[in-house]
Amino acid sequence: MDVLTIRGLSKRFGDKQVLDGLDLTVPEHSIFGFVGQNGAGKTTTMKSVLGLLRPDGGRIEVAGQAVTYGETPTNRCVGYLPDVPAFYPFLTAREYLRLCGESLGMQSGEIRERSDRLLSLVGLADETHRIKGYSRGMKQRLGIAQALLGRPKLLLCDEPTSALDPIGRKEILDILLSVRDETTVVFSTHILTDVERICTEVAFLHGGRIALQGAVETLMQREGVERFTVQTADGGGARQLQQAFADARLVGQDTVSLAGDEDRMLAVLTYMRQHGLPIRRAERSQASLEALFMEVVKE
Amino acid sequence: MRAFVAFFKKEIYESLRSGKLLILLCLFVAFGVMNPAIAKLTPYLFRMLSEELAESGMVITEVTVDALTSWTQFFKNIPMALIAFVLLYSGIFTGEYAAETLVLMLTKGLARYKVVLAKSLLLFMLWSAGYWLCFGVTYGYNAYYWDNGTVSGLVPASVNWWLFGVLVLSLTVLFSTLLRHYGGVLLLTGGSVFIMYLLGLVPKLEAYMPTSLMNSAELLVGAATWGDFAESLAVTAVCCTVCWLISVPIFNRKQL
Repeated sequence: MDVLTIRGLSKRFGDKQVLDGLDLTVPEHSIFGFVGQNGAGKTTTMKSVLGLLRPDGGRIEVAGQAVTYGETPTNRCVGYLPDVPAFYPFLTAREYLRLCGESLGMQSGEIRERSDRLLSLVGLADETHRIKGYSRGMKQRLGIAQALLGRPKLLLCDEPTSALDPIGRKEILDILLSVRDETTVVFSTHILTDVERICTEVAFLHGGRIALQGAVETLMQREGVERFTVQTADGGGARQLQQAFADARLVGQDTVSLAGDEDRMLAVLTYMRQHGLPIRRAERSQASLEALFMEVVKE
Repeated sequence: MRAFVAFFKKEIYESLRSGKLLILLCLFVAFGVMNPAIAKLTPYLFRMLSEELAESGMVITEVTVDALTSWTQFFKNIPMALIAFVLLYSGIFTGEYAAETLVLMLTKGLARYKVVLAKSLLLFMLWSAGYWLCFGVTYGYNAYYWDNGTVSGLVPASVNWWLFGVLVLSLTVLFSTLLRHYGGVLLLTGGSVFIMYLLGLVPKLEAYMPTSLMNSAELLVGAATWGDFAESLAVTAVCCTVCWLISVPIFNRKQL
């Protein structure tokens, strides 16, 4: 079952068409990486799902229920972590979670039990200070706790790791990975290694639409993801290779990059040998989402 | 209801922990003490000045002060207390827009009208408590030094001014749901009171303008009766209700 369905979502800010008929489906219990460049429309999409932005067109459903602008009942089953979560600085973490729980209509006992569990999950169980003294990483972790409080069917995280140091990033990714059984996680990012580490599904947002979507494993095996580069002696040799292999891209004065596996690389090296082109360097790059993303953005 | 109570409690914590509640307490107590103090000091001040004035040919006879002098001061000073109150709380909505703290609350399913209601109720309660505290302090000192019984129309005059304060706060709420910056909120709130004042200069409109309530001190000397303020009281009450009724749908559609 799909927990989030978006059909034909469009939104324009001034003369900039940020979203242009975006279609997206998120299957239940996936960790969904929502990838796009800065300004591609990731936050706009998320805010539309939360009813915080009025889209110009399209339809959004969360767990089969339509999202409406302003007040939307679907928010009861969505947990949201903004890129920079803003809390009331004069409250403690526990007081803040109690406020959230009461806003969600939860019972006192349940709020206490969930707060205890979630604060230990995010490593803030012993924190008694007010939020105003929290570091960015602590706020991000509290952000996850508040988002998970109401046992949401969908957890939306807007660039949760972008502003963090490597340790903070790892902590957040580990937490997201650990909650997969209880919810579906959608997180937007432009850090592709984060997606490779924890995501089961990924969608690339480009030009206001989803340019590519699928299971991470399947996409990584796609043709074109595997690449290699060869360096020859001079620009003339590199241009000769470009003429011989239509997809060869010049990536330096004397270096070309090509798509393909080990056999194709050997074919190129054989050609160079046969035509007397010196081989300075030949390197296979590991299959990566980054390469795939570059392909998508280039198109 | 639970969500509303929770959000209202948050508002109280905020006022308490940010020190605003303490500032308000000091402010209203200080104004309450100031009214009888100024009245009490007036004869001394005149005595000190009498020699200088005598040289210029002015003769000061015995100056008598009583509860009326103190209550007149009360109605002169309360506008300043109201202005200070509005300045202190003009960011009650806009502060949350700027910090984006409401986003997480609203995405928890907190109904937007409850936000407007909780903040309005807080303003109403703090203004009422502060105003009547100020009134009580002045009343207590006046009873000690003089006799409050000699002043007529004290309760109607005080109710008038209190209601005028409620209107100013209702305008603050309305403009806070419309605008994003507290500067604009202050400007429009002050601007609307000024426009009402200007309209009140037209003799036919004067009786209907809420700003007429600012002349409530006339009740103390018997220059007017409460009945004379009936129209402006009714218009003020209607304006307060309308402000609140339109604040809710405006806030419901507000992009945060």
